[in-house]
Formats: sequence, structure tokens, C-alpha cells
Amino acid sequence: MGTIPESRIKGGARTQTGEPKKMEISYDTSLKLTARNLNFYYGSFKALHDVSLDVPTNRITALIGPSGCGKSTFLRTLNRINETIRHSRVEGEIRLDQEDVMSLDVTSLRRRVGMVFQRPNPFPKSIFDNIAYGLRVNGMSARSELRDKVEHSLRRAALWEEVKDKLHGSAYALSGGQQQRLCIARALAVDPEVLLLDEPCSALDPIATSKIEELMFGLRDQCTMVIVTHNMQQAARVADYTGFFLLGKLIEHDRTDVIFKTPAKKETEDYITGRFG
Amino acid sequence: MISRRQRRKIVNDLMLTLTAVCCFTTVASLFVILGYLLYNGGKSLDWNFFTKLPLPAGELGGGMGNAILGSIQIVAFAAAIGLPVGLFAGIYLAEFEDKNFAFLVRYTADLLNGVPSIVVGIFAWTLIVVPMRGFSAFAGSVALSIMLIPIVARNTEQFLREVPTFLREGALALGASKWKTIATVVVPAASKGILTGMILGVARIAGESAPLLFTSLNNQFWTSSINQPTASLPVMIFLRAVSPYEDWHRQAWAAGLVLIVMVFLANIAARYILARGVSVPRG
Repeated sequence: MGTIPESRIKGGARTQTGEPKKMEISYDTSLKLTARNLNFYYGSFKALHDVSLDVPTNRITALIGPSGCGKSTFLRTLNRINETIRHSRVEGEIRLDQEDVMSLDVTSLRRRVGMVFQRPNPFPKSIFDNIAYGLRVNGMSARSELRDKVEHSLRRAALWEEVKDKLHGSAYALSGGQQQRLCIARALAVDPEVLLLDEPCSALDPIATSKIEELMFGLRDQCTMVIVTHNMQQAARVADYTGFFLLGKLIEHDRTDVIFKTPAKKETEDYITGRFG
Repeated sequence: MISRRQRRKIVNDLMLTLTAVCCFTTVASLFVILGYLLYNGGKSLDWNFFTKLPLPAGELGGGMGNAILGSIQIVAFAAAIGLPVGLFAGIYLAEFEDKNFAFLVRYTADLLNGVPSIVVGIFAWTLIVVPMRGFSAFAGSVALSIMLIPIVARNTEQFLREVPTFLREGALALGASKWKTIATVVVPAASKGILTGMILGVARIAGESAPLLFTSLNNQFWTSSINQPTASLPVMIFLRAVSPYEDWHRQAWAAGLVLIVMVFLANIAARYILARGVSVPRG
């Protein structure tokens, strides 16, 4: 359950029109992240049940499901940020490029696996210092180098033109959508291999949302993305692969068009068609 | 027989009046104290008060320059000890909480906060004055710092707890270590609240007299060393006020006025800093 047959990975492609694209694209199709038999507990509450899921390199994987189904919990185990919650416990195996995530140094893991949160969370610092934060933590201190990297990151997040004249103003002066793109730029500054997005658009209006989605398409070649979303249309729009969670279990995981057109499981179909959730 | 409606109205008016009277009492006592001090202290306040040494009983005039300087010296040294210790203890309580030990620390801090200041004075006397065979400004500073630590620690903890988790997670997710996250994101985000608590804590101990009676005692002269008995405003007020001389009473009022103005300024500064806005969103 959850692992993708090799043939399907090879043909993976986004289908905005609904028609499955032909298998003409041949990117590097190795697996970036693999989770095997993952269980997660908040105290005595078991939030994840035996979840196994593959995340292909340089693809967008969406995780959908009703509230409390464990999709965010799963995402937050991938960079081990859930460890900071007291009395939590994880069982199972996660591998990043074949390396065991649990035995990696946690700070270097998080440099490789960046995260964008549900609520824009810029630091109470200037725009520049927000982007430079991760770089400084990683030991970069030369002014010119920092400046170049900050500009580059803001450009990657399509925010440079909007903020280039107020880099030293507070990040809180930006709109919600800009703040979220700032957070994406902040995460991109340390060149992560994987970007985890935890409902990045749930606090944003449709225009800001579409900007974030465009941004995700633009970044698709550069890093692997996993997005948790409540919004099924969003999953259908942006994701190459979609996993459906229910009550802490991964019910189904396949190419997005398969999930939305011909789901194998009844629960998936019920959720997709709006029968619950 | 009065109707339910009338009864309800009477109770309502009664309670409203009661709360208003209590509120008035609270505010009025502050203004009565302030007015009294201004009236009695203002008369005897002159430039000499700030620059001259106290004169022996019977001679008119003189000032409390040494006590003002002594107070500043004792409080500054107490702050140098108490603020860092309180800050780091507060950080531990809020960020590193290992349940049982943190409970113990928090409980102890609250108890320490409630210890009568005169008991703190006796403690510092036993700990420092007796072994060092003499009263000193240093002993006074230690006594005051013992009072300052729990105030700062609990206040720091409270403001750090208000820093939303998503800011911590933002820093951790970028590969910052826990300490780096605390030092570069969490503490700066709470810095205004922490600073306010520090100022209020220092203002609070600046007015304490009981811990100083056994420790820094008093001095008629200027002091240069923290190993000597040193004059301070609160002790001076106490000694002047219980004396039988009219001129000394006036000086006690003046000293009270100076002290309260210092504390007020600190309070206003604290409010100003806090009101300039904690820019971090709550949640």
C-alpha cells in the first residue's frame, strides 16, 4: 500500500486537462524520500498507522484528506520537526536518498529538507534578515555573498520586484501572500533538496494562492516538493502524485489523475466526490 | 413587596456603587501618597539635597547625596547579578522544561517571591555580613538580587511562553539548533516584554529598605568601595523618619519624593517600551 509501481513513476506527469499525459517525459525518476511502516504517537494517541509512501525526485506530491487524518503529522515527521512535541514517538523508517533520516544529524537534515508552514511565520526581523537567517545559521557571513544569495532567493520566490526597495523594512509590513512567499524564499535560501509545504495557502486569498502555485511549478525542476492541502482542486492542479489519508492511514497513493479519475478505493472516491470530509 | 425587577435593579446599583468605591479607593490612595509627598517633600527639596552629605542632628541643612549615589550603586550591582541569572533561569523554565525539575524551580521562584524582604535581609546578613565581618554595599546588593531573580525569571518565562510555536518551528526548520533558535528568534521576539519586566523588577527592589538594614546599613560619608557600609535612600528614609528632629522629618519626605520619582520614571519607561508594540502576531 502506498508504494508506487515503477511503471507509474516513469510516466508521472501533471495533468491539468484531466487527460493522462503520454509517457514521453523522462526526468530523473529516482525516489527522494521513502517512508516505510511509519507509526506516530502523540502520547498514547496513535496518529499514523503503518504509513508507507514514496516521494519521487523533482515531483510534487500532494497529501489530501479530512482534518485530523494525519497528513500534516506525516509531513512533519519527514524533517523530524514533530520531535519537538513532548511525549511524541515515531516508529518505522524514513530514508532520504537511501540515508536513514532518524540517524542523520537533525540540523543538517532540516537544512536539506526545508519547510513552509500553514501560517506565514516570518521572524520579527527585516525582510533581508529573514532570508539571511538560514544562511547565517549555516555559517555564511560575508556581506556581499549574503546580499547575492538573498536577492537570488527572493527572485526564485518571485518576490524580488515587490520588496527590493524595502529589504530592511519589517517583514510584517508585507501582505499575507507576500509573507508566505517570503517564507518560501527563506526556505529556498539554504538550497534544500526537498521542500515540505503544510497547507501553505490555507490563510491566503485565491490570487495569492495562484501565485504560490505558479511558484511551485517553477521550482519543480529544482527540488522535490510535498504539499499538504485541504483543497482538492489545488492537489489536482499542482501535484504529480497524490496520497489520500484517512484516520491516520494512507488509503491510496497514485498519480494525481488516477486518484481523481479512477481511484481504486471506495473511501478515496467518497472523499473526492464530496460524500464526506 | 418589591417586584423581582425592582430587586434586580437595586442589587445592580448596589454592586455597581461598591465596585466604583473600591476602584476609587485604589486610585485615590496612590494620589494621596503622591500629593502628600509632593507637598511635604517638595518644600525641603533643593540642590543641596542632591549634592551635600547629611549633617549631624541639630545642624540644619545638609543633603543625601551619598544616599542617592549609594542607592544607585547598590541597585546597579544587584541588577548586574540578578538580571542575567533571572533571564537565564526564565529561559530554562520556558524552553528546556524537564518536567519535575522545572516544577521545582518554578515553585521555588514563587516561594522566593513571597519571602518577606526582611527575611531576605537576615539571610544575606548570615551569608555575607557575618563571614566578612562587616556591613557592606556588596551584601546589600546580594540581598536585593535575591529578590530580583524570581521576579525576572517568572516574567521572562511568561513572555517567552507567549512567543508562538510557529516562530520556533520556522527557525528549527531552517536547521537552527535549539539554542540558536532561542537566542536569535525567541528571545528577540519577547525582548520588549522581558526588558519591561527587568525595569519593573529593578524599580521594585530600589525601594526596598528591610534587606538593606542588615546588610549595607548606613554611612554618613561618601563611599567608594563596595566593601564598606553604604547609605541608601530607603534606609535613610527609615532612620530620618523615626528620629525626633523636625528637620530630619522634612528630609525623609524629600528622600521619599526622590525615590518615588525614580520608581515612577522606571515604570513609565517600561510602559513606553511595551507600548511601542510587540510586533509578533499572537497565536
